[in-house]
Amino acid sequence: MAQRTVTVGSASGLHARPARLFVRAAAALPVPVTATVDGKKPARADSMLAVLALGAVQGTAVTLTASDDAQGVAAVDELAELLAADLDAAPEPDPSDA
Amino acid sequence: MPDVYRGIGIGVGIVVGPLVRMGRPPELPPASPVDDPAAEVERARQALAAVSADLTSRSAAATDPTATDILDALGMIAADPTLGDDVEQLVDVRTDAVHALHLLFARHRDTLAAAGGYLAERAQDLDDLRDRAVAVALGLPMPGIPDPGHPFVLAAHDLGPADTVGIDPSRVLALVTAQGGPTSHTAILARSLGLPCVVACTGVMDVVDGTTVAVDAEAGVVEAGVDGARRDELAEQARRLAAELAGQGDAESAAVVDAPSVALLLNIGAVADLDDVVDDRFEGVGLFRTEFLFLDRVDPPSFDEQRAAYRSVLSAAAGRKVVVRTLDAGADKPLPFMPVAPGPNPALGVRGLRIARQVPEVLVTQLEALAAAVADVDGAEAWVMAPMVATAEEASWFARRARRAGLDTVGVMVEVPAAALRAREILAEVDFVSIGSNDLAQYTFAADRMEGALWNLLDPWQPALLQLIAGCAAAGAELGKPVGLCGEAAADPALSPVFAGLGVTSLSMSARAVPLVRRALGARSLADCRRLAAQVVAAPSAEQARACAVAAVQAGSDVSPTRSQ
Repeated sequence: MAQRTVTVGSASGLHARPARLFVRAAAALPVPVTATVDGKKPARADSMLAVLALGAVQGTAVTLTASDDAQGVAAVDELAELLAADLDAAPEPDPSDA
Repeated sequence: MPDVYRGIGIGVGIVVGPLVRMGRPPELPPASPVDDPAAEVERARQALAAVSADLTSRSAAATDPTATDILDALGMIAADPTLGDDVEQLVDVRTDAVHALHLLFARHRDTLAAAGGYLAERAQDLDDLRDRAVAVALGLPMPGIPDPGHPFVLAAHDLGPADTVGIDPSRVLALVTAQGGPTSHTAILARSLGLPCVVACTGVMDVVDGTTVAVDAEAGVVEAGVDGARRDELAEQARRLAAELAGQGDAESAAVVDAPSVALLLNIGAVADLDDVVDDRFEGVGLFRTEFLFLDRVDPPSFDEQRAAYRSVLSAAAGRKVVVRTLDAGADKPLPFMPVAPGPNPALGVRGLRIARQVPEVLVTQLEALAAAVADVDGAEAWVMAPMVATAEEASWFARRARRAGLDTVGVMVEVPAAALRAREILAEVDFVSIGSNDLAQYTFAADRMEGALWNLLDPWQPALLQLIAGCAAAGAELGKPVGLCGEAAADPALSPVFAGLGVTSLSMSARAVPLVRRALGARSLADCRRLAAQVVAAPSAEQARACAVAAVQAGSDVSPTRSQ
């Protein structure tokens, strides 16, 4: 399995805008990715409800898992980078791109 | 003949326009037997897709960034792939698409509600999405704010927080609700948007869509079916009143000579709230809520971070008074760095200053950061106050710590009836008090602020509430110390002369509310305000207290220089 653990970088945590950017990015990936937080039900990264239910705030460690192939590794890397960034400061992508 | 509907008016202003009703959440019909489960699954999936598409397109069209974000997030939830998968599992021979959608959202709602905190607040969003999806699956129009494509008067049974993001103040002329009260969500929204509003207006939902209505917020009247000459007459009244309200710059010349002197201050939650409002009429900040610095984080904000935040607000206030409220966290909004167990009743639990007494370090850092920020800004005037104080001993505890940190002007909030009853003893310990009327009403009447069915108890015209406020003001006058008021009631132009008459020295509200309150206070002498206040406190009920004020406005309208008729 391709797997990486990163801490949430956005000041507002993984809800509101950062959650939307994260879920939208996950939905655009060619492979499924799972996000897990200790003590919480694993979340499909492309599910807004599941991602919100992780309740991840700034500094929470989130583990991303995908298939152990090139696409899976790339997917985990892309989402890990997003999670670690301060998405409150990032520009909003055009939703029609997703 | 036009039909006249009476309710409780919020704000000032007359508008004439077509009424459009907001759809009611659909009623769930009995389940129909399912012959073709695949078709039912498809029907449910299509309903979810339609709801998502509607919200996403409304998000793109919204001009307010907050509304854009909220609508986009709701649209993404409706498009959540797990919902589609769940629908497949839920549909069976006895569960059709409508009931599957209903079950589906109920399940997710319970999960969020059980998670508590921020997520629990989102539970209501799922009810909104459920109502939309169920309506679409039933072939009914989607509930929510209608968009007829022209300006209109919005009529609803009542408005909830989820409805309000869809309200475009450039399209919606006025709000009218059959239910709700002066402290309901609708009333709060109307005040913050500066829209004329009538709540508790029984029967108004019987008016047919498209009927021309006149809404007079000050009188609390909706006139339906206004035609030709009557329509022109009301439109002329509306135009004159609007011109009068717009001419606030001339308010001093119109004000009576011996109008009461009450400082009109602003409630803010961040420095951005002071953008565009600091002009030569700006009198200061009456309530700076500091919670934004503390929410959604693992560790408390550092001394330096807080110092910079307070410095930016004090600089923006340009030498005017800023009343800073220390952290008002509660058991309902747990903070990871404040280990307080959520009690069985958060409103009556360990919150406000009670947390600070258990975990004083966070308060001490906040006070020291504020004192440092005051030293950083030339001419800064910062007052500091603690929330949720019940006794003089607590006030004294807080005052000692604030003064030790180097802050000169120290006060407490009066939100608990015990504090109002002992205002004199509390004011002996501190330099000022500020009455939080929303919580004071909640605790005085043992009526939850969020419980819409209890609006009549939470009515700020309740004589018991006004009597407690009167007692605080009298104690302040006796000791020569300021007694302010923040909370929804402070923004009510009809109540402001009452507060002035009771001896309240400042009223703190949103920036939009200031012109109407200034106008109301400028129209009466202090002696008139005192007479009115005495009548209102002596009234046997909230309705009769309000009636005293309406009678006073009507009696004064013949002579008041600010009224043209």
